[in-house]
Amino acid sequence: MRNFANGIHLPDYHKKATALKPIRELALPKRVVLPLQMNLGCPNEPLVKIGDAVVEGQKIADTSKFVSAPIHASVSGKVTKIERLPNPCGFDVPSIVIERTEVLESKAVSSKPLAVSSNIETLTPEEIRKIVREAGIVGLGGATFPTHVKITPPADKKIDTIIINGCECEPYITADHRLMLERPADILYGAMAIAKAIGASRIVIGIEDNKRDAIERLNRTLTPFSPLPEGEGTGVREISVVKLKTKYPQGGEKQLIKAILNREVPSGGLPLDIGVVVNNVGTAVAVSEAIKFGTPLIKRVVTVTGSGVKEPQNVLVRIGTSFEAVINQCGGRVGDTAKVIMGGPMTGLAVSALDLPVVKATNCILVLSKKDVKVFEESSCIRCGRCIKACPIGLMPNFLADFTKLKNWELVEEYNIADCIECGCCAYVCPSRIYLVHYFKVAKKELQLRKVVCK
Amino acid sequence: MIFNLSVSPHIYAKEDTRSIMRWVNFALLFPIAAATYFFGLKALILVVFTTLIAILSEVVFQWLAKRPITVSDGSATTTGILLALILPSTLPLWMAAIGAITAIVLVKGLFGGLGFNIFNPALAARALLLASWPVAMTHWVKPFDTITSATPLFLAKMGQAVPGYWDLFIGNRAGSLGETSVLMILVGAAILLCKKIIDWPAPTAYIGTVALLAFILGKDPLFAVLSGGLMIGAFFMATDYVTTPVTTKGRFIFGLGCGIMTVLIRFYGGFPEGVNYSILFMNILTPLIDKYARPQLFGRLKNK
Repeated sequence: MRNFANGIHLPDYHKKATALKPIRELALPKRVVLPLQMNLGCPNEPLVKIGDAVVEGQKIADTSKFVSAPIHASVSGKVTKIERLPNPCGFDVPSIVIERTEVLESKAVSSKPLAVSSNIETLTPEEIRKIVREAGIVGLGGATFPTHVKITPPADKKIDTIIINGCECEPYITADHRLMLERPADILYGAMAIAKAIGASRIVIGIEDNKRDAIERLNRTLTPFSPLPEGEGTGVREISVVKLKTKYPQGGEKQLIKAILNREVPSGGLPLDIGVVVNNVGTAVAVSEAIKFGTPLIKRVVTVTGSGVKEPQNVLVRIGTSFEAVINQCGGRVGDTAKVIMGGPMTGLAVSALDLPVVKATNCILVLSKKDVKVFEESSCIRCGRCIKACPIGLMPNFLADFTKLKNWELVEEYNIADCIECGCCAYVCPSRIYLVHYFKVAKKELQLRKVVCK
Repeated sequence: MIFNLSVSPHIYAKEDTRSIMRWVNFALLFPIAAATYFFGLKALILVVFTTLIAILSEVVFQWLAKRPITVSDGSATTTGILLALILPSTLPLWMAAIGAITAIVLVKGLFGGLGFNIFNPALAARALLLASWPVAMTHWVKPFDTITSATPLFLAKMGQAVPGYWDLFIGNRAGSLGETSVLMILVGAAILLCKKIIDWPAPTAYIGTVALLAFILGKDPLFAVLSGGLMIGAFFMATDYVTTPVTTKGRFIFGLGCGIMTVLIRFYGGFPEGVNYSILFMNILTPLIDKYARPQLFGRLKNK
């Protein structure tokens, strides 16, 4: 089976609790908090004022900068606050607060903001990119890179393959798995649209072999498309589903491309340097919704799970709903909550409170009770080399941590900290429980600051 | 409501320093059993005594140095056992005690404790004992007996008859406590290899190089592999995490270097055996090997 070098095998993926539960749409929240930045790149400027009435799907924040994605009202209501509010990504971010009002609900129908066409063939690549941008779509795997930027490759880069990432290699999370089971046609539609926008002729959907039902489901959906009729308007000549080994981080962009195409993204480069663009299955669904129905990105699938949640499940949530409201609709918390994580246990961010909003990056809310949260004192490195064997990039995490502790930034750079993808494999296997990822984050930040200062 | 905010990852593998040391100590029980069988209760007493002194010196040293007491990680136990296993069974206990204190305090503690020592503590302590009391440190006896006897390598160096392969394999020959029974060393090593606590590059390169060079030089390669301290050295000393390189490539080079040095000392040097000094010599080169034997970085290959 296709594979990449190193990485780790996890003993338990904890996906059973939610993998078989269909996505359930939650009741509309009373209040949503929409941070002005929910994407990698540039923040937005608000287009509304306090007191304004807004309708569901209305664009409320945007910017003229290229690497950006606009924000839309996820419920109809009244803007009550525009101020800096806590954000699950760590820092307070200027946010728009909307209190939902029933009255405006009826108007929502007339608010379709986008030009709509359900036929990809009649749309030009430029039109697809415009729809995707106006819908505020970002990479929903968690990285939140604006999708319209991703599907606008520079003229000198020829993209031959679109990879749709259905690996979901992080433990606990099943949001993408459910999408593959429930909306395979939309995934395919979105993938075709992305391929057309980029001008790629091949689509490969990569799925780990622990999701056999998803592989089967997508293969069945593909059957009418193979062989593809000649001269199809999308330019796609080949679509396939590839079964991948269940190994962490199989869903990492670089690892995924290596496993599927045996191409390596050059150090410091992007997938488009080797003719590839990778999109998450959730992103593909969002693209299909934007094109078919003109729906902007105002809701997303979130896996709510962990030992601290009463009824773990997959839910469809309005962006901006508080973690608390989401958890409460999943039966609430049980036992002694010790940690709440946005994302999976390998790369997710631990959050300090539950009044934070679900953002575009929130693929999972993982609530762990005390028994699952172990706190370790780090001990001396015994130079066992496990971190080096685990690193999918070929770094030497032990030395990187040492150099960071010594503040030897030249050596940190020489040992290629910039290539680190923060997958957490090294820290997972470290028998001395050294906070390796923490040191790498510190070192990267330091180097970034130094560059700014030096310029 | 206060949640834990530690950085990712939020889950960890089961293996930690303690469990690793526990497995190493468990694997060493097999050579200890062989030593007790061949050299009697005296051997067991020497092992237990040396280990206790090692543990005690770690506690006392860390207490005096006002460092956290980390004796529960099991590394001092490992050092104590390993040291005892490379001593002759007749060694006076007080000399063994000096060896254990040297290993823990001088070789390990003063360099910063576990993870910071340059030399393998057991081997460095043995080298010091050998330099200080050369007669006591080379007083070997026959198994099941108290009759003084030379080690097979010494006999070979003197051109005398050596024990057969079978006796060498099961350990029925004169030598240090734990080096004699190749069988029991292999049992212990197999456990560690299966548990992925040690890996193959260093031992394979080490033993392979010795066998190959012995063959090229017209000596008996099988005898070269089965005699002396090669087996315990290759599987339990050349695989010591702290004092050997961190990468697979580096560990292979380490084993290669040990093999060459061992053959040079055995066949061209003054001593009959060279495992101890070979590994200590390569310990010095470890930082250098670490500097150059780096893993292949992702994204630096030319794409087709």
